[in-house]
Amino acid sequence: MSFDNAYEALAEAHDDSRWAFGTGFEDPLAGVDTSVPSGVDGSDLARYCLMLGDDALVFSHRLQQWCTRAPELEDEVAIANIGLDLLGQARLLLARAGRADGTGRGEDDYAFFRAEHEFGNVRLAELEHGDFGQLIAVLLVFVTWRLALLQRLRSSADPVLAAIADKGVKELTYHRDYAAQWAVRLGDGTAFSHERMQAGLDGIWPFVDELFAPHDTESRLSAAGVAVDPATARAEFDAVLDQVFTAATLTRPQTPGKAGVNGQTGRGGRHTEAMGYLLAELQSVARGYPEATW
Amino acid sequence: MSKSEWPLYEVFVRGKRGLNHVHVGSLRAADDQMALHNARDLYTRRNEGVSIWVVKAADITASSPDEKDPFFAPSGDKVYRHPTFYDIPDNVPHM
Repeated sequence: MSFDNAYEALAEAHDDSRWAFGTGFEDPLAGVDTSVPSGVDGSDLARYCLMLGDDALVFSHRLQQWCTRAPELEDEVAIANIGLDLLGQARLLLARAGRADGTGRGEDDYAFFRAEHEFGNVRLAELEHGDFGQLIAVLLVFVTWRLALLQRLRSSADPVLAAIADKGVKELTYHRDYAAQWAVRLGDGTAFSHERMQAGLDGIWPFVDELFAPHDTESRLSAAGVAVDPATARAEFDAVLDQVFTAATLTRPQTPGKAGVNGQTGRGGRHTEAMGYLLAELQSVARGYPEATW
Repeated sequence: MSKSEWPLYEVFVRGKRGLNHVHVGSLRAADDQMALHNARDLYTRRNEGVSIWVVKAADITASSPDEKDPFFAPSGDKVYRHPTFYDIPDNVPHM
């Protein structure tokens, strides 16, 4: 190790698995016992993993779109870091799905070769971010909700899900800290920043009720102790946001939830118009050059 | 609209194996708390640190390169100031 560069001297010996580039992108669950617990329906478990994984994958893609567009270099890196953390959660969950449903599909198969109606993410995750105020609004809501879910998922009857949740909780705690800090700065900042922050919240609020409406799969699995019924996370979500809103002098929007199509919302594969464009960007290279490597 | 710049901060990180904080770089932030957040995001992404200090660059008093000789040259030829004339026992750590 050279001490010519103080920064190099500080860094741990490089463990390639931590890097986003230059790895072989091996199976993230290699070496983990991924057998399905007895009494649990494998296809239900897979569907649930895809729901949580798609939330992270799709929202991560939206965050990645901020690269080169963030207002400050420091925040650009912060937003990219959050996107990378969520992508890591998505990889584990998608890989878990392939073991649970017995098809043996890998994370790439799910991410790049499914159609829109097969994605089970909540619609909040796919919304376009108009400006920085809306980014902070949607980030605050998304990570506060996801943190409350994963905290409960740590006691899942599926040990793999419990471990994935435990890893995610540490990451999401920081994400929530970051988002809340910016919400207070903007909300309690200038008249203009307050207006943009409030407008961001108002714009995404119709998609909040959906976060707490359990899909049939979630209801069945939460009865078996595997999944979290999202309705149980509402009280914590409301308490955390009320605290932030008070500090930020923001008003909790009262707009009702946006209805789905034929009773189905994101969890059931019914998405907003924005989803098709997002997937086109996410999947075009993998579909144009299947099996390509570099 | 003219854009005013956030103040510059210097960042010090203590690594897992390190005993002291080491200067790793600088960043811009609106205040101390944001500087700490930004330092975490910019300088500890690869598992480097267990502790971060940030300090406004304007608050650092530094020696001037012009004073290099009067400041430092006189100590160059005083070899007796270096405790190198005895052996350090093996069980004394961090020397």
